[in-house]
Amino acid sequence: MSEFSLIINGEQRTVNVDSDTPLLWVIRDTLGYTGTKFGCGRGLCGACTIHLDGEATRSCVTSIDMVEDNSEITTIEGLSEDNPHPIQQAWLEEDVPQCGYCQSGQIMTASALLKRNPNPDETDIDSAMKMNICRCGTYPQIKKAIFSAANNAQSSTGGDDG
Amino acid sequence: MLKAVQGETMDRRDFIKVVSTAGSGFVLGFYIPYTNKLNGKTVAPIIFEPNAWIKVKSDNMVQIIVAKSEMGQGVLTSLPMIIAEEMDLDWSKIIVEKAPADQKKYGWQMTGGSNSVSGGYNKLRQAGATAREMFVMAAAQEWGILSSECKTHNGIVIHESTGRELSYGDLAKKASLQKVPKNPKLKAKQDFSIIGQNVKRTDTLPKVNGTAQFALDVQLDGMLYATVVHSPVFGGKLKSFNEASVNDISGVTNIFEIENGLAIVTQNTWAALKAKKQIEINWDEGEAAGLDSEKIRKDLLDASKEKGGVVRKEGNVKKALKLSENQIEAIYESPLQAHATMEPMNCTAYVQREKCQVWAGTQDPNGARKIASKITGLSKKQVEVNVTFLGGGFGRRAFNDFVKEAVEISNEMKKPVKLTWSREEDMQHDYYRPPSLHVMKGAFDQNNKLSVWKHRITAPSILFSQIVKMPFPFKEKVDIIAVEGAKHLPYKIPNIQVDYQMTKTLIPLGWWRSVYNSQNAFANECFMDELAEKVEKDPVQFRLELLPKSSRDTGVIKMVAEKSGWDQFKNGPNYQGISCHKSFGTWVAQVARVSVENKKVKVHEVFCAVDCGIVINPAIVKAQISSAIIYGLSATLKSKITIKNGRVAQYNFDDFEVIRMNEAPKIHIYLTESDAQPKGVGEPGLPPIAPAVVNAVYAATGNRIRELPIKLS
Repeated sequence: MSEFSLIINGEQRTVNVDSDTPLLWVIRDTLGYTGTKFGCGRGLCGACTIHLDGEATRSCVTSIDMVEDNSEITTIEGLSEDNPHPIQQAWLEEDVPQCGYCQSGQIMTASALLKRNPNPDETDIDSAMKMNICRCGTYPQIKKAIFSAANNAQSSTGGDDG
Repeated sequence: MLKAVQGETMDRRDFIKVVSTAGSGFVLGFYIPYTNKLNGKTVAPIIFEPNAWIKVKSDNMVQIIVAKSEMGQGVLTSLPMIIAEEMDLDWSKIIVEKAPADQKKYGWQMTGGSNSVSGGYNKLRQAGATAREMFVMAAAQEWGILSSECKTHNGIVIHESTGRELSYGDLAKKASLQKVPKNPKLKAKQDFSIIGQNVKRTDTLPKVNGTAQFALDVQLDGMLYATVVHSPVFGGKLKSFNEASVNDISGVTNIFEIENGLAIVTQNTWAALKAKKQIEINWDEGEAAGLDSEKIRKDLLDASKEKGGVVRKEGNVKKALKLSENQIEAIYESPLQAHATMEPMNCTAYVQREKCQVWAGTQDPNGARKIASKITGLSKKQVEVNVTFLGGGFGRRAFNDFVKEAVEISNEMKKPVKLTWSREEDMQHDYYRPPSLHVMKGAFDQNNKLSVWKHRITAPSILFSQIVKMPFPFKEKVDIIAVEGAKHLPYKIPNIQVDYQMTKTLIPLGWWRSVYNSQNAFANECFMDELAEKVEKDPVQFRLELLPKSSRDTGVIKMVAEKSGWDQFKNGPNYQGISCHKSFGTWVAQVARVSVENKKVKVHEVFCAVDCGIVINPAIVKAQISSAIIYGLSATLKSKITIKNGRVAQYNFDDFEVIRMNEAPKIHIYLTESDAQPKGVGEPGLPPIAPAVVNAVYAATGNRIRELPIKLS
């Protein structure tokens, strides 16, 4: 067991875990943020996606000793402070989820995409989102929600509709 | 069933709060504190509980109980809509509550067969109408007028001529004293104001902010973690294990044998998953060790040479075949399929001396209760089964093997235990969609009219090998589930024979979204395409000529042909295929548009017409149909389970590949207007997709694909 300190959803935390423990299990079992899901354990399905210093990261294959001290981790619980993040708002408007299990991961991947590329085209969306599996097949609804979040962000910041 | 309840402390696990979100109307959110402590909160007292489904509170809020499992299909929205419609409720004042396992109170709670709405419709309308009528009686009594002078709207009884109004909350006490009406008046369809609307799902908010509680998210004080290693060969038994082989893993507390394999108990999930990979185990592999996919296929082929139990016989097939000079035969095959739900199997159980608590994402809560009672020796009353959200079901969670394991482990430890399977165990220890082989024969008379249809299904039986466990060979020659969609071929053909040859299997089988309909539709509708070609007919025209003009099959085929522009479409660079299949009471026709490049099939667009009777919530129906198309597309283009040396050869999503966003087609869904009883929507979208795509691939390549998933050589 070793001690690690990290910043999760803006909060400084210290954990005592085996150094090969994937972030996923530190987040879920040790810190109790259960919104991040276990799907495959091998970085194949994206259910465990979090933001590590703003980058979409598969937490099930990222062991805690690979993470630099005081790295910033954001989970679905910390994506927005009070109001829903534009991506979550779009998900609500489209009623995207079915079973819902993969949706935290989908939202984390999509929000990282929009941060990097505020106006993605269909190919950009496909290539970012193909990392995340949804067995309910909500892909059409997810795509629609990402476009709508991108458009909303553009119009609310006064950007052109492009 | 009538009782007035005096108040309630919030000690139940399903505490639900209402959240309003800007721009999207009211969304009902779930907040379910899974702790084993009371949270001490109180809510407004329940005043009136006319039946098992409805609880009216003094603050005008109405709790609606849903006794089906929410696995994505929208029952937490569609079932309350039915009650709210007949009860004339204000939708924004509804609290949705999930029922625990209680067969006495709620009846059949198994979620499956696409029957939550179709099976609940009449019962829930009745429940809502009964309550509504009792409010009217109470108001009439209060005002000293006749019930017939009253109207209801949005949770209020109105006396039209005087404009007086009383809310349901105000009337609750008086309503609870009324005689329960035997035949409350139900609304006419044209008066519906909730049914038929795109009401927002009640479970979206918790599913987008991470608070939705799946079984995997349950956390209890003092909880231990566990995983189970199952024999890699089906039916194998544990011989021995080397405990010292995991000595270097910290956090492993106990390792012991349970009925299904070896349980590893730990202080965190990671230790369990690591130990599972590392532990040395000797298995007695048993008789299945020699099994592989080639043998399974050969056994099916051999069995298909002999006639099975006949399930449909019309005309004289033998004679008609003799008279025909134009006939074709083809064999269609489908493989084993895994469910591969996103949430691997898991369950939390806490067995104590006098009670047992279970948290499970199960489609069969009462089955779970029964199993827990059997293992612990406690009465069913002492067993509490809390149904969480299900991270996908598709039939997999109708089996409670994971509940059994969790209860067994907690029973041994006498502590709360969360059991989590690895993805690999989930893939290799599923209850699989059975493999099947279909021998099809068709013949035309001298006028080129289709005169013969023969379909022999050869497949193991889920019912007799898994549910009603019987020694092989079974006395029963016919399994009515295995012939669903084959026996019920809609086309008018003078000579028809459909028979079923039941085979033996050592592989655990289960219900997979749409069950045997997925295979029978593939064989039927691809063979129809072959027959149409044989007489040089357009596939749509060929089907329509064999169907009564007013049939619902005709309705959806015509609709999808029109909406997709079937007649105007020019083949190249994309190509089209059509199919139609009825399952779970619902008719679905689909047109797929595909292209083939470098032997790779790309499905660009799917048009789909659906006749499911009355539509409760069009947005949810469309979402379900779209979901089934994509789920079915994985099995059409990518996934299959193969067996080698008695083991499943696939482990994870790299060798069991499924459709991802970049491969998902554009989907257009059209719902028919109908006054018929509402029928299933969770599964019926699936069966037509494989044949629609396969028929389009033929149009593109001239290759008849008769085996799934599609592989072009």
